[in-house]
This record gives sequence, C-alpha cells and structure tokens, in this order.
Amino acid sequence: MSTESVQFHHDADRLTHDLRHRALIQKALGGYYVKRDEQKAKYTDWQQARVSAAAAKYEAVNHLDKYLVELSDKLEARGTKVFWAADGPEAADYIASVARNAGVKRIIKSKTMTGEEIHLPQALEKAGLEVVESDLGEFIVQLREEPPYHIVFPSMHLTRGEIDDTFQKKLGSAHADTPEELTMIARNVMRRKYCEADMGISGANFAVAETGHISITENEGNARLSTSLPKVLVSIVGIEKVVPKLDDLAVLLPMLATAGAGQNMTCYNTLLGGPRQPGETDGPREFHVVLLDNRRTALLADAEQRDALHCIRCGACLNVCPIFKNIGGHSYGTTYQGPIGSVITPHLRGLQSWKHLSFSSSLCGACAEACPVKIDLHHHLLQNRRNAIAEKPAWWEKPIFAGFAWFMRRPALYRLAAPLLRIGGPLLHVIRGQFFDPVRLWTATRDLPPAPPQSFKEYWRARHAKR
Amino acid sequence: MKISLFVPCFIDQYYPGAGIGMVRILEKLGHTVEYPESQTCCGQPAFNSGYWDEARSVAVTMLDAFRDAEVVVGCSGSCGARLKVFYPELFHGHAREAEAKALAAKTHELSSFLVNVLGVGDLGASFPAKATFHDGCHGLRELGIKQEPRELLKHVRGLELVEMKEAETCCGFGGTFAVKFPEISTAMGEVKCASILETGAELVISNDSSCLMQIQGLFDRQGNKIKSMHLAEVLAHF
Amino acid sequence: MPNDSREKILRRIREALSVKAPARHLPGAASSGHQPQDWLPPVPSSTDELVALFEKNSLDLKTEVRRCADAAAVASELDALAKENHWQSVGSHRFSLGNEAVSALGLPVVFTDQPYETDSLERCDAGISGCDCLVAQTGGILVTSASAGGRVLSVLPPHHVVIASAGQLVGDLADAFAVLRKHYGATPAFASFITGPSRTGDIERILVLGAHGPKKLTVLLVQA
Repeated sequence: MSTESVQFHHDADRLTHDLRHRALIQKALGGYYVKRDEQKAKYTDWQQARVSAAAAKYEAVNHLDKYLVELSDKLEARGTKVFWAADGPEAADYIASVARNAGVKRIIKSKTMTGEEIHLPQALEKAGLEVVESDLGEFIVQLREEPPYHIVFPSMHLTRGEIDDTFQKKLGSAHADTPEELTMIARNVMRRKYCEADMGISGANFAVAETGHISITENEGNARLSTSLPKVLVSIVGIEKVVPKLDDLAVLLPMLATAGAGQNMTCYNTLLGGPRQPGETDGPREFHVVLLDNRRTALLADAEQRDALHCIRCGACLNVCPIFKNIGGHSYGTTYQGPIGSVITPHLRGLQSWKHLSFSSSLCGACAEACPVKIDLHHHLLQNRRNAIAEKPAWWEKPIFAGFAWFMRRPALYRLAAPLLRIGGPLLHVIRGQFFDPVRLWTATRDLPPAPPQSFKEYWRARHAKR
Repeated sequence: MKISLFVPCFIDQYYPGAGIGMVRILEKLGHTVEYPESQTCCGQPAFNSGYWDEARSVAVTMLDAFRDAEVVVGCSGSCGARLKVFYPELFHGHAREAEAKALAAKTHELSSFLVNVLGVGDLGASFPAKATFHDGCHGLRELGIKQEPRELLKHVRGLELVEMKEAETCCGFGGTFAVKFPEISTAMGEVKCASILETGAELVISNDSSCLMQIQGLFDRQGNKIKSMHLAEVLAHF
Repeated sequence: MPNDSREKILRRIREALSVKAPARHLPGAASSGHQPQDWLPPVPSSTDELVALFEKNSLDLKTEVRRCADAAAVASELDALAKENHWQSVGSHRFSLGNEAVSALGLPVVFTDQPYETDSLERCDAGISGCDCLVAQTGGILVTSASAGGRVLSVLPPHHVVIASAGQLVGDLADAFAVLRKHYGATPAFASFITGPSRTGDIERILVLGAHGPKKLTVLLVQA
C-alpha cells in the first residue's frame, strides 16, 4: 500500500464513524437534491440535453489541438498574453514572473481548482506575495489552513459556529450568529482587498474557441470583481476546458447550474476575452491566460477514458456518491474529490500511488447517472483497477484469484467442495486472522447469514432424482 | 419456451430460495426450465478486483454452460449485469467475443423477463406484509430495472409496498468492496438500514441477494427484527 | 510566447488523438431536427409571455422588477428607489433609457464611461445601467462594457438598477448570444449574464444575498 493509500484508509475510517459529520453532510445535500430535481423536471428533456452537452465536449476534446490554437489566436488578437504551461511549476513560475514584472504585491484570487491542483497560492506566497481567497468558502478554509472540502462547496463540512470561531480568531471580528452576519463580515473584509489588489487570479469553467473567451461561472460576484478591478489579471485554464462554439454555452451553462447547485442559472456567467480595450474605461491593463497541461495529455492518450476530460467540474457526482458522503472530501487527500477525482487522480498523479481511490467504490453508478456530460465514471474506475493490476498485481492477491479461477473452472470440484466451505468456512476463518481475512472483516460489524441446509445445485439434483 | 436458469454461486450456496422461487414461477407460467449444472461463478470477484484474465478464464465456463441456451434468466441484478453488460467488454478482441455478445443478448434478469418479455404482471401470489423494495445498483443502473419489480409486487395480495427515502442509494455491499473497505461499506449499510427503518416496513425485498446479505447482516447485528427476502421468493408464494 | 511549451503540448495532443475514442453519446435519430437548446426548459414566443416568464424567474431570484409605462414613469420610479434606499451618490453612464432619469435624481453621479476613481464608485449606494438584453428563460440580464458603463459599475455598488425596455427581452441564452453578435460583430472582451442579486450558500447551504456583488438588483422595465 502506498503512503497515500494508508492515509486514505486512516482518514476514511475515522470519518465513517463520525455520525455528526454524516448527519451534517446529509442535511447539506438534502436541499440540493430537492432543488436539483425540481429544476431538472423543468427541462423539455434532461436526458437529451445531456447527450447534447456530451456531444459538444466530445467534439472539443477529440479535436483539442485545433480548438486550442483557435482559442489562443482569438485571445491574442485582443491583446491577451497566452502562455502554454506543460506542468504546474512552469505555470506557477510564469505567473510569479508576471507579478514580478508588474510590481505586484497583493493578489486577490477567485476560486480555481486548477490553481489548487498546482498549489499556486503556496508558490506565490513563497515568492513573497500576499494571496487572498475571495470566494467565501475558499476564504474560510484558507483562514483555517485546510484544503477545500468539495470542488464546488469548499466549506460544506463546517457549521456556523465553527466559522464564527475562525473569524473571531483570525479576523478579530465580533461574535456572529447567522450565516448572513458571517457573510457580511467576509464581504466587508473583501471590499478593501478588491480595491487594493494589484493582481487578480481566476480559473475558468469553459474556454470558447470560436470567439476567444474564457467563461467564469459563480454566484457571489467575487470573480467579477477580482477580474475587473486589479490592473493585472491571470487566468489559469486546464486545456480540457475548451468548447468549440459560443452557442455550446447556451446548454452547458444552465446544465452546470442545475447539476451543480439545483439552480436555473448561476448568478454571474462572465465571458472574458482580453484586457481593457480601446473605448473601455476599466478592466485589467494586462490579461494573461495560462493554458495548463499537467498530465491532461496523458489522460487524453487513454482513449478508453478520454471522456473524463469532458468534466465541467459541476460536482454532481460528488453530491450523489455514497462514498463521498460517508468519508468526506478531505479523506481523498487530493484536489479533486468524489468519483471524478477517483477516476482522474491516478492519471494525473500516478496509478500505483492513487489506485486506492478507484478501488474504494461499490461501483453503484450513481455518478455516471448524475453526470451532465455523460462521463462513464464507474466503468472508468473498473478500468483503472484493471490497468493497475495489469501493471503490478498485488503479491498476496494474485495467487488468491488464480486459485479462485482454478476452482471455479472445475464444476465437479465446486459441487464437492462448496458445501464444505459454505458450512465450515466461517468457522475455519480460512486465512485465519490475517489482515485480509474476509470473514473477520465482515463479521466485525455484520452477522453472516445462516448456511442453508441445501444449495440450489443440491435441490436441483434431488428434484431430478425424484423424477 | 425452454428457459435456462442462471443461478450465481452466491445464490446457489447462500440463498437457494431465490433460485427455487424462480423455478416455481417459470414453471407455473408453463415454461420448461433447465439448469446447466456446469455453471459455477460469473467471475465478478476477480473482475471487480482488476484481475480480468482470471475473470475471463472463469467466464468461459459460463459461455460453455449456456452455449445452446435459447434464453437465459437469472435472479441477480449484479451477476446479470456481469453477463449482459460486462462480458462483451471482458471478451473484447478475444476469440469468443461473438459468443459473449450472444450470451449478453439472450440473458435476462427475472423481473425484467417476466414484465418486458413475457408481459406478465399478476402471478397469483399472496404475501401479507408491509414491505419496502431496495433497488440493487447493478440491476437499476446497468440493466435499467426499476418499475418491473414494483409492477410484479403490486399484484401480490396483502402486500403493502412503501417506498423508502433513498431507495436507489447503494447499500454498500459492492462485492469485494465490502471486505476491502469494510468501514465505508458498513457506514453505507447503516444509512440504508436507517432509511428502511423509517418506512416502518417489516420486510425488505430486493432483486439482489448480495444487497440483502449486507442489509440483513446489519439488522441482525443491531438486534432488529426486520426480515429480508428475494423478490423471487415473495412472488413464488402462491 | 517564445519560451513556453506550446509546441510540446500540441505535439502530445496530436499523438494522443491518433487513437480514436469511442463515440458513445453522440446525438442520434431522436434529436435530428432539434437544436441543443430545445432540450432546455421551454420558452414562450409572445412578448407578453416572455415578460411574464422573466418576472416569474425574477421573483424566484429576488430580482425586483418594476414596470414603467414610459420615460416619465422611469424617472419617478428611480426617484422612489433613491428615497426608499437613502441613496446619497450613484454610479452610472450615459445611455438613452437612463440619461434623463439619472440627472433628475439630483444626486452626485460617478460616470464610469469616462475615467473615474474606483474609490468614488465604491462609495456609491447604487449603480444604474443599461443592458444588451434580458433573458426570459433564466431571468438574466446581459451586460457588456458598452451597454452597462464598463466592467465594474454593475457589480461594485451594493444596489444595481437596470433600465431596460420590454423590446429587449429575448427567449434564451442562444438568443442572447445572437444579440451579442448583432450588436458588436466581433464579440467584445467583456460580457456577463447577471441572474439575480449576488448570493452564496457556502455557510451550511443557507442562502445569503449580497455575498460580494450587489445585494439588491432592480429592473425598471419600460413598456413603450
């Protein structure tokens, strides 16, 4: 087991016993399910909408070179600087150099999971820059020095009391009882930061090749402010965010809102295509778009799983995943949680170290059912498992399955031996007391069924003996 | 018609009642049932653990067992999904791919077969009880089975069927998942059991015995008197 | 960029794409003759129905919509808003639907369609702007720098007031994109759909308005 896997088991085990956490997350998601279903019901045909959305992303991802070049050309035509970064450090170095060249001291940031992925805030802080998270949820977890809990709702796991504590300790604010009061505290802190920041950093939900825009979806308005007030703007965009046409957003934006938050449409959906143009009186003087690879091309090369790059980061799969709901977002130990995280993390960060995420699933398929762009999530988990084992089978497991297969290929032997195992097996604890003793692992928390007096095969034989 | 029975290893050894129920139902409807005795296991444990070569070597016995079958009916959503959905993938590029596809095409889960192929609803069964139905995930999402069991249970005299909140949420069994990640599996099972308890039902029914093993295992450990039965056992009460 | 990885990345992409991915979910026969947006919530065609849908969505979003029969009514509604909300200064720009009403307020105005001080705008109680169009399906408002006085006016002051005419109502986002193309030819560097006042659910998933953007959003909808 990798260190990541050991840590995962430790954290997941702890959280699954935390009934307070379990109740909190169930309550947090309960309202989402109701609103999501209400909103889906309004669609003329939600399933056909999913097909359309999937088709748009399929076209984009399977002609990615063409669309990235078109996007880049159109952005540059308006004076945007486009930087193609092969990996995280290259992106972070470029952004730090932009800040240096512009004499930047204070950065205000809107939510970007891509930025999280490459540890951008930490890299910039190391370069001596102040980085403030403007998204409320991100702001809260930044103060608490925790990673985000969920790709869309970073502070889903916290109560108002915990947030109040954090604000009092870290901001010196007065005690606040309600979400409204707490939000206003953050709003007031942030207003000065927007006006004083000399650089804004954002991510992007989509990037439109046809017109040369990045598209940012948010409810709070912090991205609108972060991207229009500071004199320099840098947007970091995964290369897979591309969509071919502006009209594709006519379907993708509402579906992102519905699947992600049960909304008709998210509050602000902003297209940004360039720095302040002639005739504009505000907006950044410099606009940089950093296109990030960071092993997305490796996932692209896996044709079977390429559709994982269709992801629009709505979080719907997290919201329906029973594993996510019981172990919580932090247990994943990586930027992307839930089913999509379990699929892509082995590709982005190493199959052998991260395969446990693909194994820790019952393959129920709720994720694939929820995905607005129809990614075959649960089947990709199976494929990751197959690939991991093909590369490096577990030394103790391979002989067990070889034995299993040997046994199951021999019906006569099965007929003889199975009753013995059925009745005697639980008593024998076949691999007595070992860490992989399946009986002990079951009976720690669950009873075993009583062994029936007769198997089906025995019943069938008896039936035919009678005739 | 002549129906070949697919009775997975799990049911064969631990829940033969489901298979026996299937026999009674199909024979009552006037069909001839046969059971190829050479079948053992669909290979799911190896398949789900990533050992596809081993899984394939076991799956071959299923191809052999059902080679001459006209139609195959099974009483497990998860094993049925193995044959219907995953065998074509498992045998992709393999010499016996065509057979795997043929087997997938002629295999049916029991409730789907009764409602969608035979067009049957009322089997003349009676079972007075207040019950709730748990949708096994593979049957639900791989095979699209949702209305069929409810359609059949609707006609069972005396049965009051109540829907639980989260009927479609996974019970946490997941095959080897249940013992590889027992803590997560148990937590998921506890959530499912709480959902069942909330309905006030005295019986939980499912088309997947593996789910019932999880659910009943937890109820028994909790000291709860709720019973569980496979759909075929309930329907065979005539 | 001379020293970035553009060629390396494009090469990796082309190599990766030399193997085809299974095309599992392409639109089939069922969707022929349909536009993708046909699958979204249905949109009516008559102006009256569009207005009604926009108003219903606005109600859900907590966007306030006030109908105004003519220019005089706009001026009096704007004045009423100023008094109700105790405005002391406002931000705005020059646009035909708003010029008279804004100057009739008699309040100091920070004009954002000319060089302005961010701090002055930050102190304004309201931002009054036009828009490119209103979207009935979502209850949204499409703004650009040209139609709404820059990138900041419609988001920094705590109350955003949009003065629009009923003729600016379109059905859905695809229609709005068509307006964008019609108004500007090559699409502008900044455009934003505003759908309700700013909000967050980040604390216990409870809805709070005015997270960072405006807490209040009012649309003065001119009939004539």
